[in-house]
Amino acid sequence: MNALEFTLVVALGSFLAGMLGSLTGLGGGVVIVPLLTLVFGVDIRYAIGASLVSVIATSSGAAAAYLREGYSNMRVGMFLEIATTVGAISGAFLAGYLHTSIIAIVFGVVLLYSAYASTHTLNNPPEGIAADRIATMLRLDGSYPTADGFKSYHVRHVPLGFGLMYVAGVLSGLLGIGSGAVKVLAMDQAMKIPFKVSTTTSNFMIGVTAAASAGIYLRRGYIDPGLAMPVMLGVLAGALVGAKILPGAKVRTLRIVFGVVIAALAVEMIYQGLRGKM
Amino acid sequence: MANGEPGAAVGGKVDDKSVEIFLGKLLRWGVLLAALVVFVGGVWFLMESHDVAQNYKTFRGEPAELRSVPEIVRQAIELRPLGVIQFGLLLLIATPLARVLFSVLGFGLERDWMYVVITLLVLALLVYTLASSSTT
Repeated sequence: MNALEFTLVVALGSFLAGMLGSLTGLGGGVVIVPLLTLVFGVDIRYAIGASLVSVIATSSGAAAAYLREGYSNMRVGMFLEIATTVGAISGAFLAGYLHTSIIAIVFGVVLLYSAYASTHTLNNPPEGIAADRIATMLRLDGSYPTADGFKSYHVRHVPLGFGLMYVAGVLSGLLGIGSGAVKVLAMDQAMKIPFKVSTTTSNFMIGVTAAASAGIYLRRGYIDPGLAMPVMLGVLAGALVGAKILPGAKVRTLRIVFGVVIAALAVEMIYQGLRGKM
Repeated sequence: MANGEPGAAVGGKVDDKSVEIFLGKLLRWGVLLAALVVFVGGVWFLMESHDVAQNYKTFRGEPAELRSVPEIVRQAIELRPLGVIQFGLLLLIATPLARVLFSVLGFGLERDWMYVVITLLVLALLVYTLASSSTT
């Protein structure tokens, strides 16, 4: 393949990844790395660099739509962002020392978890949760609009959520993904934040975390303009089209199909990693 | 604005919501601008070297002029296609940074000094990643 053919094929693949990611709410970044490494034979370091760029594009591009709904909790986001950026910096440094086969195996495992998480819709935490001392001190409690007006909520288990966010940051820096699944897990399950608030806050955090990792990858020379260009433009265009057709889409079927695709890619990543072929 | 709006509890003239809507628009324009620069650089790059065989199978790492912020800006000013793409990617990386920067101002207008400090810390970490010396 010459440069023109390669660019067009990668852009098309990225477009589909971005569209599916936006339709299913899983983000396109999670399939970009397997797509580039397994299908196009790209070195995993270049693939992670290009993936990070696309993660920032979808996060910042979707922010306007999310912010208008008024669900996100900026204090929770910013406070936890300390954990994710420090985590992303640790993960990006770790990526420079770990063998690429190990990175591929970790990637596969995280991908399997994402596929599992995508088929399980999380429920809102039970009502009447008591206030938490640390959350009160940090003014993390908030409210969000519902059909019956604004509903206030209390944030719980701040240290556990903070710790999980550090892990989400490490995975983001190591694998070039948004770690949305882990972020939502930390905010939903650990901190008992309502689902709508946690997903929108997570979108904001994904962009900042990916920017921290991308800075280090750029300085290291892992971000190749010729590769990142079709990936970024493809994913962004795909995400925009996905958001447009979302209202009429059969999201449930798509989630299952995408979940199966992700699981298959995950197994292949682990297999190739174990064979030492990554 | 209705009572119980997020952030209203802190008591300030500027509430979170209006800051966030402004930020959302800023981010969208930032991403579109970055995408435009990357697209122009990309078309140019392909016009010059469309029949060059690309090899991403073996990792070599980018040359120094496509790694650091000042070098990338210089390459873009000299209108090198790859430099222009990389500059567009740099603009994209800067969009979350701009959001954090404006959040500092937003929390400052609300006189929420604890969160001004927290947000400045996040900003410092982001700047560190772009300015730190590269270790391959």
